[in-house]
Amino acid sequence: MTTAYNDRAGPFTHAPTSVSKTMFTVLAALTPATLFNLWMFGWPAIFLFLVTVGSCVALEFLCVRIAGGSPEGAIGDGSVLITGWLLAVSLPPWAPWWVGVVAAVFAVALAKHAFGGLGQNVFNPAMVGRVVVLVSFPVQMTAWVAPRPLFSAGAPGFVESLGTTFGRNVSLDSISAASPLGFVKTELARGIPVDQSIVNVPGLADLLLGFHPGSMGEASVPLVLAGGLYLMWKRIISWHIPVSLLGTLFLMGTLFHAVDPARYAGGLFHLITGASFLGAFFIATDYVTSPVSKQGQIVFGIGIGLLTWIIRTYAGYPEGMAFAVMLMNALTPILDQHFRPRVFGRTRKGQPLPVKGDQ
Amino acid sequence: MLLDVGSLAVMGVTLGAVLGTAAKLLAVPNNPLEEELQALLPGSQCGQCGFVGCAQYAAALAKGDTPVTLCAPGGKATIEVLAKRLGVSADTDGHEEQAPQHAHIKEDLCIGCLRCVQECSTDAIVGANKQLHTIIVDQCHGCAKCFKVCPTEAIEMCTVPVTLSAWHWGKPRADQAHH
Amino acid sequence: MRLFPVRGGIHPDYRKERTSESAIVALPLPAALYIPLQQHIGAASEAVVAVGDVVKKGQIVARSGGVVSAASHAPTSGRVAAVTDFTAPHPSGLPQPTIVIEPDGRDEWAADLPPGIDDPFAADPKAIRDRVAASGIVGMGGAAFPSAVKLNLGTQHKLETLLINGAECEPYLTCDDRLMREFAAEVVDGARVMAHALGAPRVVVGIETNKPQAIEAMTRAAAAFPDVTVVGVPVQYPMGSERHLTQAITGRETPARKLTADLGVVVHNVATARAVHHAVRFGRPLVRRVVTVSGGAIARPANVEAPLGTLVSELVAFCGGFSQPPRRVVNGGPMMGQPLPSLEVPVVKGMSGILALTLDETDEKPSQPCIRCGSCVTICPCGLVPVEMAAFIRHDNLDGAAKSGVMDCVSCGSCSYICPSHIPLVHFFNYAKGALNAKDRERRHLDQIKALAESHALRVEKQAAAKKAAAAAAAAARAQAAAAPLTDDDKANA
Repeated sequence: MTTAYNDRAGPFTHAPTSVSKTMFTVLAALTPATLFNLWMFGWPAIFLFLVTVGSCVALEFLCVRIAGGSPEGAIGDGSVLITGWLLAVSLPPWAPWWVGVVAAVFAVALAKHAFGGLGQNVFNPAMVGRVVVLVSFPVQMTAWVAPRPLFSAGAPGFVESLGTTFGRNVSLDSISAASPLGFVKTELARGIPVDQSIVNVPGLADLLLGFHPGSMGEASVPLVLAGGLYLMWKRIISWHIPVSLLGTLFLMGTLFHAVDPARYAGGLFHLITGASFLGAFFIATDYVTSPVSKQGQIVFGIGIGLLTWIIRTYAGYPEGMAFAVMLMNALTPILDQHFRPRVFGRTRKGQPLPVKGDQ
Repeated sequence: MLLDVGSLAVMGVTLGAVLGTAAKLLAVPNNPLEEELQALLPGSQCGQCGFVGCAQYAAALAKGDTPVTLCAPGGKATIEVLAKRLGVSADTDGHEEQAPQHAHIKEDLCIGCLRCVQECSTDAIVGANKQLHTIIVDQCHGCAKCFKVCPTEAIEMCTVPVTLSAWHWGKPRADQAHH
Repeated sequence: MRLFPVRGGIHPDYRKERTSESAIVALPLPAALYIPLQQHIGAASEAVVAVGDVVKKGQIVARSGGVVSAASHAPTSGRVAAVTDFTAPHPSGLPQPTIVIEPDGRDEWAADLPPGIDDPFAADPKAIRDRVAASGIVGMGGAAFPSAVKLNLGTQHKLETLLINGAECEPYLTCDDRLMREFAAEVVDGARVMAHALGAPRVVVGIETNKPQAIEAMTRAAAAFPDVTVVGVPVQYPMGSERHLTQAITGRETPARKLTADLGVVVHNVATARAVHHAVRFGRPLVRRVVTVSGGAIARPANVEAPLGTLVSELVAFCGGFSQPPRRVVNGGPMMGQPLPSLEVPVVKGMSGILALTLDETDEKPSQPCIRCGSCVTICPCGLVPVEMAAFIRHDNLDGAAKSGVMDCVSCGSCSYICPSHIPLVHFFNYAKGALNAKDRERRHLDQIKALAESHALRVEKQAAAKKAAAAAAAAARAQAAAAPLTDDDKANA
């Protein structure tokens, strides 16, 4: 008993949990899918990934230093790595380096630290970063390329890739293509019904594995799903948000597709495109910006699923997960207020339970 | 006899009328907020706030010229209700220094003069002429009026001791409770 | 028997194996015993012995100080060495009046102890309750609520079940486990006697299933009595909480601000049941208790039956002292136990364990920002939102915390235990509950003062009015006296 004995009340034992353990478990769950993505999109993707994550870490260091905290501790908790990581995989893999840097500035400096740092932010930092660059640089942010796996024929070499990421005036026009969601949307705008255009997008297996133009996060649904299940098994996340989110998205897609196949894409198509799984398991489940109670989480998930489907189907953007997540982030405080567990011995309204007579 | 009674009666009626009119003419309009605030104060008229009594302090509070933290016997609880009623923020940090107090009579110095008994506004002192006086601690709220009138300095003000059942955990230190 | 689910809870590392196989050993008489006057919830007891008095074992040394209070008895024969202030086994470290007894080494029972009640089931329930009160028995699971008061609940409520709490859900502690394994018959008999005093037709003993030997021993001891059922309850902290155990067994939730008795259930601890057995069958008051001495810093962890008033330092020395310096010495279990100010404090009736925990075990770390992971919400057995309450309290909004339910918190510690940011949530709630209660007391005191001041002012006013009336009457009398001769003169002149 070297210090004061009553400087802290119990308990005097603790679960083997910590913030950094939680964060690094999430990173571990992301790793297989990301390695697969990096291999698939080659050197430019690797460069962009490093630049984005690096900028986020550097900004975290700077912001915490300015706020007078301990930068080493802040980076050590791993939260900024997750932000950078998720941001990087949500960008077009061959986007120029400055897109990653600008997104990082908005994600870390604005969305996170301007709100007070870890735990205080209202919006998911990675999604803020992505949405800001999406609305600011629509050309760069919609220049998707088809996957060209490392060392495969047609894949750009190391030096050539440096030019893609760091060079000036790179034109991707010659190689860029639309993502499946974008393709279907543009075709529909041209008057080609969904059920006709959809036959021109890659097949189900390619969609599942990610062999189609898109962000890194859109690729490799099975690996993302495996990572999500791993997080559930580790009890880092619960089923409530992913299941309610994907369930709603699938249900909306299936229902409307059944009504009018020419206008609406099917439920399965919605599920396996547009990084739905990444969003459901890794982005919507962000602790800080999602409700704390299970009831609130279910409503939160349903909201994101619904908004994603609406944005994808009716709005100007082909992809809606980022917007949907941010809209529901804004509702989180209200969900926390209204959806809370019932207190032991009290009714939902907070009154003591009535004392029942003999039963 | 009749004349005596009559003259006294006339005098009474006239003076009464004068007083009544004066009261009407010179009446201070009763401020409902003042009354409400006065009801929140202990009402022992101890004057520790620097005003003559609770009514005067309440009046000053209603005008907004004075801080809500002046009532020592009322303690933190009073400060908080006053602050809440007036919609001001109560800075109770400085106040916390002053723990609740009670009076205590030193037996060897008390001469049984009854002055403190007469002064006490909560009947917390019992005693008879030339007998040793005692404080009923439960009824004392530490206004220190008795302390001021005691001719032999037999009264001291003590801090109410913290008992096992009254003790409670303090707020976690800032380094334990990150924000 | 059908069991019912209980919300939330945690599964800490139990570490019970350190003492679960060590049989209860009696502590040799120490050099001095310190009997505090406040070992229970309620009013402090009042000393009835003075310095120099010779006392026998079991003789009353402090009588109950009120309706909710408990007597204390000499744990051995000897001499009262002092009645003085001594550090309480309490996190405040405040001194409190304590009777110090120097044992004479003979350990002689008093000759005038009440006789045992041969057939307690034929006795008047009130006689049993009086005996329990006279024996100074309090809840021995930790809460230390006077048992006689709780046995009185049958007079105001129609009771169905006496629930004997053998859950022992706190990590490390095994004193109840050992008690049930070694003295099952005594526990069962005490429980049946208590059920008789309460007027409850059935007894259910709830034991967490991580104590199979205790369940077996108790089942065997209860086999002869159809009114006694022994049930294994799930291993889920805080199963030993009165309200949660009641829910697990009966499926019913005790309404807020009510007692389990309102559901027809009264809960008593197994050690309390054994104490009642001794008091009723043999007239022996509560003078000893079993304490689990454990923790990584204790050289030889053990279950020790110690006379009440033994210094904790003697218990520790008996268990081989410290093998390494402890980070904390805790009274009770690691979840809800309280840190001790020093080792020089006495063993009291509600002390179930002394744990000397190393830094590895306490795992104290500086707290980090809340990441809103919601674990505390998921595990809270009371359905509260700890993250929100702590935020209110951090910003000194105690009323907000009260509104979000902090007074319904049982301080079980599950939220602090699970928090990945190591935020001392329960410390926040203990502070808020204490501060809110203090405010409430202050408010009530102020109301009392106000009433006194008003009645005083009224009396002073009345006295002044009476004085004025008297003065007016006197003045009138004087005026009359002065006027009368004048009239006479006038008459004379006329």
